[in-house]
Amino acid sequence: MKEIRLHGRGGQGSVTAAEIIAVAAFADKRFSQAFPAFGVERRGAPVMAFARIADQPIRVRSQIYEPDYVIVQDVTLLDVVNVASGLKDSGKIIVNTDRPAEKLKLSTKAEVITIDATKIAMEILGRPIVNTTMLGAFCGASKEIGLDSLNKAISERFKGELGKKNLLAIKTAYERVS
Amino acid sequence: MSQINTANMKVVEGSYAVAHAVMCCKPDVISAYPITPQTHIVEHLSQMVANGELDSEFLTVDSEFSALSVLVGASAMGARSYSSTTSQGLALMYEVLYNVSGMRMPVVMNVANRAMGAPLNIWNDQQDAVGARDVGWLQIYVEDVQEAVDATLQAYKIAEDPQIRMPIMVCMDGFVLTHVYEPVELLDKELASQYLPAFQPEKILDPAKPITFGAFADPSTYTEFRYQQFDAQLKSMAKIEKAAKEFEETFGRHYGGLVDSYFADDAEVVIVTMGSVIGTIKDAIDAMRKEGKKVGLVKVRSYRPFPVQALRQALKGASVIAVIEKDVSIGAEAGLVTDLKSAFYNSKIRMPIIGFAAGLGGRDITIKDIRKIVDKAEAARKGIESEFEFLDLRTEIL
Repeated sequence: MKEIRLHGRGGQGSVTAAEIIAVAAFADKRFSQAFPAFGVERRGAPVMAFARIADQPIRVRSQIYEPDYVIVQDVTLLDVVNVASGLKDSGKIIVNTDRPAEKLKLSTKAEVITIDATKIAMEILGRPIVNTTMLGAFCGASKEIGLDSLNKAISERFKGELGKKNLLAIKTAYERVS
Repeated sequence: MSQINTANMKVVEGSYAVAHAVMCCKPDVISAYPITPQTHIVEHLSQMVANGELDSEFLTVDSEFSALSVLVGASAMGARSYSSTTSQGLALMYEVLYNVSGMRMPVVMNVANRAMGAPLNIWNDQQDAVGARDVGWLQIYVEDVQEAVDATLQAYKIAEDPQIRMPIMVCMDGFVLTHVYEPVELLDKELASQYLPAFQPEKILDPAKPITFGAFADPSTYTEFRYQQFDAQLKSMAKIEKAAKEFEETFGRHYGGLVDSYFADDAEVVIVTMGSVIGTIKDAIDAMRKEGKKVGLVKVRSYRPFPVQALRQALKGASVIAVIEKDVSIGAEAGLVTDLKSAFYNSKIRMPIIGFAAGLGGRDITIKDIRKIVDKAEAARKGIESEFEFLDLRTEIL
């Protein structure tokens, strides 16, 4: 089983991103689960969401404390949340930032991958909503979900022109980290 | 789940899956008041009615008290009736809960279990429904989204049985099951209609043939009304089993009838619980079994009626029992552990039974917690140190 923890701020679509991981993984013929760290959602406040992917039906329902992957949608969270908490040494953490990985000083032995998802999102979507771009980076860096399945899940969620733009944002991020 | 056929499964939110199940039950009247974490269920239903997918009267009301009161009228008219609520909403319904069961109205309600205030807390535990265990409603607790879907359909079958005619709460852990996205097989409408025929009430409010529901009963008859409800709940045990069996024949899925068990047959330590923590416990049991620990689980699916005989049968071989529950009876112990002990007292079954209040107000229950409970249960075989405790009590902030 692979466990993924997403860190973001309220309004950045972290919960949606977790859901899309679950939908894409199931399209890959694996079992999946996604849920938010239930809270009183407020725009801008630190939020978490979780996803699990496995070859067997998933039964465990506790939160994720020792993730294989961490996705950080907002680099300013590094000052307030220990985003790498419990991250497995063999895992990966993907951070949305324009800074290089070594500048982040994360306390983890896991691989740190950085991507300027805000820039990609601004250029392609015209808005600083980075969740789909970060999914492209997660897909490229982890290969835990197939790109085709991710694209399918995105197209179901975002229709028309918006869907197309999101697919392009995913492709751009995917290629940048692959 | 007895078998997994992923072909017809889809990753959806728990609340949507349940709303879809309700749609397949074709209720004539829905009345509910939105409250976290139940809101998504009634939002989806409202949308289904608005876009014509579901031909129901959806009554928006000013409170949960009104929501359930509307259904008293609807059910008396012979309408299949549905509501959903949680926590403070269920508490606000309290008076009407007794009216619905006392008038033998087969209303079905999904309770998205949540803690009771004060202090205000929107997270999951089961204090709301366990606190309403004596109101005459049947209560079924589910472990995953698929069971929430399937139990909702089964609930109408049980409730509307002419020998039962009792309301049912289908209890699903709030947030944990209402807000999770996981693969679910949504009900097939045709199959659901075959399984659940139209509601055929014997007596309805009819101006052409006037009768009264819920009239005055003086001391000469009140006891007999209560006895009949009591009797119907006992009779409903066979109906719950039958509904589960027929469901399996139609849909191929089964979660147990009154109770279910997991590696309980040869287990020395048996955990007894209800609700969504079961999935985490099953994973913990698998891990402990690999280490040679004989641990098992008995799931209480029907809390009311309380399946005394089924529990005696399922648990007679255990050396020690640990009850894990998300409620507390302040000043005593907690609902399930007390009921379980009383079920054994007049039998020959004897083993230590210890209780744990866990997951209160949304506190996470992990596999490590389950291991800790099993360790404590094993220690209790040599002598009970604590009959009942709050798991992981943060004594440093007391």
